[in-house]
Amino acid sequence: MSAATGVRHLEAARPTTPGTEPGSPATDVRGPGPAAPPRGTTYAVGRVEEVPPGEGRAFVAGGVQVAVFRLRDGSLHATQAACPHAGGPLADGQTDVDVLVCPLHLYAYRWTDGASTSGAAPIRVYPVHESGGEIVVEV
Amino acid sequence: MTVLGGRPTGLTSLSLDDELDPRARLVVVGNGMAGARLVEEVLERGGGDQFRITVLGDEPHGNYNRIMLSPVLAGESHEDDIVLNSHDWYADNGVHLRAGIRVERIDTAAKTVLGADGSVTPYDHLVLATGSYSFIPPMTGVRREDGSLLPGVFGFRTIDETRALLEATGRCRRAVVMGGGLLGLEAARALQGHGLQVELVHAMPWLMNAQLDAEAGAILRRSVESLGIDVHLDVLATEVLGAEHVEGVVLKDGRRLDCDLLVVAAGVRPHSDVALRSGLEVERGIVVDDQLRTDDPDVYAIGECAQHRGSVYGLVQPAWEHARVLADVLTGTDPGAEYHGSRTATKLKVAGVDVATMGVNTPEREDDEFLVISEPKRGVHLSVVIRDDRLIGATLLGDTRKVAYLTQAFDRGVPLPEERIRLLVDLSDGAAEVGVAEMPADSQVCNCNGVSKGDICGAVAGGCGSVGAVMDATRAGKGCGSCRSLVKQIVEWAADGDLAEDPAASYYVPGIPMAKPELVAAIREQDLRSVSAVFAALAPGGKEDARSKMGLTSLLKMVWGVDFVPEKDGEFINDRVHANIQRDGTFSVVPQMKGGVTTPAQLRRIAEVAEKYEVPMVKVTGGQRIDLLGVRKEDLPAVWDDLGMPSGYAYGKSFRTVKTCVGSDFCRFGLGDSTQLGIDLETRFQGIESPAKMKLAVVGCPRNCAEAYVKDVGVVAVGNGRWEVYVGGAAGATVRKGDLLATVDSPQEVLRLTGRFLQYYRENANWLERTYDFVPRIGLERIRSVLLEDSEGIVADLDANMQKSVDAYADPWGQDGKEPATPGQFRTSLPLVALPAVPVR
Repeated sequence: MSAATGVRHLEAARPTTPGTEPGSPATDVRGPGPAAPPRGTTYAVGRVEEVPPGEGRAFVAGGVQVAVFRLRDGSLHATQAACPHAGGPLADGQTDVDVLVCPLHLYAYRWTDGASTSGAAPIRVYPVHESGGEIVVEV
Repeated sequence: MTVLGGRPTGLTSLSLDDELDPRARLVVVGNGMAGARLVEEVLERGGGDQFRITVLGDEPHGNYNRIMLSPVLAGESHEDDIVLNSHDWYADNGVHLRAGIRVERIDTAAKTVLGADGSVTPYDHLVLATGSYSFIPPMTGVRREDGSLLPGVFGFRTIDETRALLEATGRCRRAVVMGGGLLGLEAARALQGHGLQVELVHAMPWLMNAQLDAEAGAILRRSVESLGIDVHLDVLATEVLGAEHVEGVVLKDGRRLDCDLLVVAAGVRPHSDVALRSGLEVERGIVVDDQLRTDDPDVYAIGECAQHRGSVYGLVQPAWEHARVLADVLTGTDPGAEYHGSRTATKLKVAGVDVATMGVNTPEREDDEFLVISEPKRGVHLSVVIRDDRLIGATLLGDTRKVAYLTQAFDRGVPLPEERIRLLVDLSDGAAEVGVAEMPADSQVCNCNGVSKGDICGAVAGGCGSVGAVMDATRAGKGCGSCRSLVKQIVEWAADGDLAEDPAASYYVPGIPMAKPELVAAIREQDLRSVSAVFAALAPGGKEDARSKMGLTSLLKMVWGVDFVPEKDGEFINDRVHANIQRDGTFSVVPQMKGGVTTPAQLRRIAEVAEKYEVPMVKVTGGQRIDLLGVRKEDLPAVWDDLGMPSGYAYGKSFRTVKTCVGSDFCRFGLGDSTQLGIDLETRFQGIESPAKMKLAVVGCPRNCAEAYVKDVGVVAVGNGRWEVYVGGAAGATVRKGDLLATVDSPQEVLRLTGRFLQYYRENANWLERTYDFVPRIGLERIRSVLLEDSEGIVADLDANMQKSVDAYADPWGQDGKEPATPGQFRTSLPLVALPAVPVR
């Protein structure tokens, strides 16, 4: 390899756009959605009858906003409140026994594990149960 | 900046302490299509047990499909859809991805990779997959003093450049695209689609000169120019004008082209500077042997940065062949694997024209056979080059039906027909299928996802009963999409005519296996008046389906009118709160303004409401109304109360609005009172739900000021008290002039005929099928005979059913305003977290 060749290639190899900033390891990359505190604290966020059958309502559990759903079969589910795709209000979504569908772009998420059935990032699912008519969410 | 394919918050990965890990260290520099593909191939061969894999990527993103940047720029694909390997994928597969790190140099003696961030990464095996960068030809003024590009000048190679271009389309008017190759043409087409005036400058005498001969290039030029893109050939740009921002370019012949956006797509160059700085042998690219090894035995190079036997490839297919061979070598699956060069064949759609090329495009020796079929008027140019009875090249422009057969002849050297014309033209019926039938099972059909004909046939044999199911199962056709018609042909051939139409395609809603007539009959017979009752009685296993609820609610409202039993969870959020949800979770409020006619008092009230509730934007709509955007959900009832106007239904799958011109009262050309007729139409049909929205217009003369020719129902006054009624028009994503249904003698007849047509549409259209699809599907003649001659004896029913819906109308804002239909109907769903900000103007 000649020195002359080297010079030419260095010249030509200048990037065409301003360089991307040196980044962080992949594990540090943040997606949209609220940061969750360490798990394990339970909060009574409201009365069961505040969530009409088949619909969702948003609540705050210890500073974390959650969407709580009561399906027509009586079961309760709780998820993060904002859709990871574009921040849509998940509590305004439509539901069935398997999935929750975000109202903005119709991305669907499974209740069982929060995984998207339509290719988006997963949502966080919180344990939730009823106790004496209160909705109790663990975040 | 949003990281494409990034990970959600809070996920971390555990890894073994380096000291304790006995696996060899495999480091890949470059996280593009070649690098990521190599990692996939290594993992597929069980390489996860052999290697600790680290990938260093210059871009902060996951791996994405670079081929698909053109559709992203054109707005046809969303950037999320082109992610091939997200950050999650790397974590799930135990691959350490360090994205956003530029590599400075390799110390081949110490076997370490030195990053620009100061990091030192040791390796046992190193793979360079650094790809290419956009070549910016030397032009006066293209760079600023610090070496950066003049603002307004862009390459077109990365997602960040694509995002920047997309952002620029919003404020730029005139673009010059430099380079008439594939990328340049796609950029030009995409920018033009965003409404920019586009000129294309190409240094060579014809477009796509690397792939096409002069004649084909000339035909392509005509096709491109017919799109409204000016093409300047055989000329270099010598200077870029503008001090702070690009203002134009000067061509070598002295012409000046004004522009505020300059896209340079004048070819790419291998990214070989890292190799060069590290003392590896570099000519045009990084020189590698048949095992993709550089002159350092532990350093390999693949993809567009590699130079093999003198060739550097700028296509994805050779990169993937590199990845396969190198994975065989590295994992020991086939230690003797060798790469012997690629025979490149490409199929693509450029600026709306189908192009397929393989091998050479012109004869090179005296006894080469050369067959050309040229139809410039149709934009078709086909040619083949044959040597010693073997196909050595083919160019198909404007018609790529024979591509499967020719690819196979080119790849495998199968015998050619004696009548050479049969290579390009089917002289008898059925020959096209022969092409697919003769393709060997291992020939690759989808180059983006590496799917062979055999894979597709396997999916069909494995039970996939439709083209869509095969595409889902194999990912064939899910990359750039250029192979979709071939995939369809193969699926049809493999299923041997036994291909079921996707059964779900005929369902009215996905969760109930019934077509509309069956479904409506079952609803009536079993007296099903609520969405949950329909699921319980008709869905498989009685199982509800979220995606079916909105369609069922609409259908039940139509069937039962006032006797419908509403369930809020069966409604889409817009219908639950009678407003249109916006990207930030707020809503838009459009009060009814019949026929686009308002009063000073109404305007005053709207202004007061806008101020009182701090409405961020007040906008005049395309439907001649006023939109209050950004209203908080919890404010909706109070806003309606203060407005004191009924809902304009701007959120529903329903009758929306009637646009009108000023008609005969003021206009000196008006032939009929279009304004009053529009108000009457809107009064009668307000709020009527339907399979998809219905937009109407009435104009007082054929000058068509309110665009009645392109409405679901459009009414045009033609004088002497006569009115034309057009149906099935559209001017949205689809543009279609409506078909003339009838010319009638009075406004009363317009009202009657409109009601009849709308009811026929409501009862027979598929869910979300607009009239512009419905009318051609049923056929204008049939609609005429049903509605005008009562050929099916249903006109009286249609009139009666429509009357029932009209009688069931109640203004939803008046209904729920005082007393919520369900607890918390208007409670906010998202007040606490930051949302994508919608700018306040």
